[in-house]
Amino acid sequence: MKRDLHILDVTLRDGSHSMKHAFTEEQVRQVAKGLDQAGVEYFEVSHGDGLGGSSLQYGLSNVNELKLIEAAAEEAKRAKISVLLLPGIGIQEDLENAVKAGAKMVRVATHVTEADVAKQHIQLGRHLGLKTVGFLMMAHMAPVEKLVEQAKLFESYGAEMIYVTDSAGALLPHEVKERIQALKQSISVDIGFHGHNNLSLAMANTMAAVEAGATYIDGSLRCLGAGSGNTQTEVMVAVFDRLNYKTGVDLYPIMDVANHVVAKFMPRPQEITGSSLIMGYSGVYSSFLLFTEDAAKKFGVDERDILVELGRMRAVGGQEDLIYDVARELANRKHSVI
Amino acid sequence: MRKSKVAIIGSGNIGTDLMYKIERSEYLEMSVMVGIDPNSEGLKRAKERGYETIDTGIEGLLEKTELADIVFDATTAKAHAGHSELLNGIGKKVIDLTPAAIGPFVVPTANIKEHLDASNVNMITCGGQATIPIIHAINQVSQVEYAEIVATVSSKSAGPGTRANIDEFTRTTSRAIEKIGGAQKGKAIIILNPADPPIIMRDTIHALVEEGKEAGIIASINKVVQLVQEYVPGYRMRGNPVFDGRKVSVFIEVEGAGDFFPPYSGNLDIMTAAAAKVANEIAKKQSTFV
Repeated sequence: MKRDLHILDVTLRDGSHSMKHAFTEEQVRQVAKGLDQAGVEYFEVSHGDGLGGSSLQYGLSNVNELKLIEAAAEEAKRAKISVLLLPGIGIQEDLENAVKAGAKMVRVATHVTEADVAKQHIQLGRHLGLKTVGFLMMAHMAPVEKLVEQAKLFESYGAEMIYVTDSAGALLPHEVKERIQALKQSISVDIGFHGHNNLSLAMANTMAAVEAGATYIDGSLRCLGAGSGNTQTEVMVAVFDRLNYKTGVDLYPIMDVANHVVAKFMPRPQEITGSSLIMGYSGVYSSFLLFTEDAAKKFGVDERDILVELGRMRAVGGQEDLIYDVARELANRKHSVI
Repeated sequence: MRKSKVAIIGSGNIGTDLMYKIERSEYLEMSVMVGIDPNSEGLKRAKERGYETIDTGIEGLLEKTELADIVFDATTAKAHAGHSELLNGIGKKVIDLTPAAIGPFVVPTANIKEHLDASNVNMITCGGQATIPIIHAINQVSQVEYAEIVATVSSKSAGPGTRANIDEFTRTTSRAIEKIGGAQKGKAIIILNPADPPIIMRDTIHALVEEGKEAGIIASINKVVQLVQEYVPGYRMRGNPVFDGRKVSVFIEVEGAGDFFPPYSGNLDIMTAAAAKVANEIAKKQSTFV
């Protein structure tokens, strides 16, 4: 089928954050089956922090992710399975194991300024015959020129696609457009966009990305992803249909898997709460949300204060341990004032 | 007291910083800096401070074997295997700061006494030196079923070698958490943070331990922090260890001595400081034998 746009669903990876990494095999099978039947081309299955992310730092996986990848691969008749890999957390062996379990695409993710840690992993992805993607996270934290420089590095390692990843849901539509346009002019591989809805702009940002030349776009069913979640996959299908883009995904079936499968096991609605709004506002990594709630409770401080401070400190993805430290410092300061 | 003469192979940043730490070591005498680039900053600095310099690499050093008793290798894992064989062949002790890991892993507070006679010892990784003392200290009091460390370093202090082979950090550190730290299973994570001004190295240790041993664990950790401070004065705990059921989390910050590296590069500083400490202990033992 000829598609103008390639929708990549991340419910089973980004959603892992919201599920505290406790997806069951049955849930994964049902979602995988639904996505496949609706015509989704790629969907991602991994721990929220990528392969090897199961840890005390980010949360232990209830079910080994390799088992979940295998289960998803069994259900997917046409769709291909993607995995996420963050060098520094996961290693090359994790990717080799994921391929044995059925992965066909790898997205190698680094902070927007650190692409050079990913060379070996990109090369391995190509070597294993995977569709290999460079995934530049926290794209709001670097100037456009830096993003372009890092995308070129990824391209030089052999990445077949570069993603602009708005991990904090902090970008505004004109900033997305500026970034995608700059990449379009400087690299020759495909461009993707991954958004978060912390400022209620995920759909608008995805549209801006597509108008500027992105052809791969991420979404999650019912927004099941970190923070307030991602661009809502089923909404995206409807919107791009109205805009006359061919996504190859059928609206009713994708709505059905969202509402009859995912909605049934979501731990809570993916609303824009006080905390997630502040994440978008101050540019904080979306998966910090649940950890911040816990730390705020433990130390009796305002979640928003923790998040603003993390933004001020320019924390990057993966620094979940810092949340605790910041909350404690804030509590100490509060007590010393009293 | 006879001091041991020290050669440093590799006149880059690590080698240069190490030189300053050797100068402060009681049983060591900085003798010669060995590089392969006559114009290198490290060789110039060594010469200015009155040490011998050799710009023809290991071959040059082998022509002047009387210059060294203990040799630090701050080159690359690839080069190290050859260096080690040649140096051990003529009876020199080798301290390996590369990821080659030919010799046993050494952490000063954990197992230095076992390896004072080894011909080659390996310094693991910066994250390993910063966190394994804590895991080892916990393991003195309680079984450690699992230990995991998260090292966060400033982007500026992560050199091209680390970046090109970041999995090596993860694998080597995980292995040493088990082997030297005593955890039944180990895991390591490294995060690079590009904030400017650069952040000081931070390390978090999470471990699964036996419940009911909190007081003993805290005492053991406090003791080891003081021991590490003897060779890394800027090594400190942020807050107290936090217990949550079977999980204990310990938060560490490592500020470097600011010898050659800026103080935020605690990750580089703790490697050179730990290596100097190991060499000093080896030299101390040799001097008491004579």
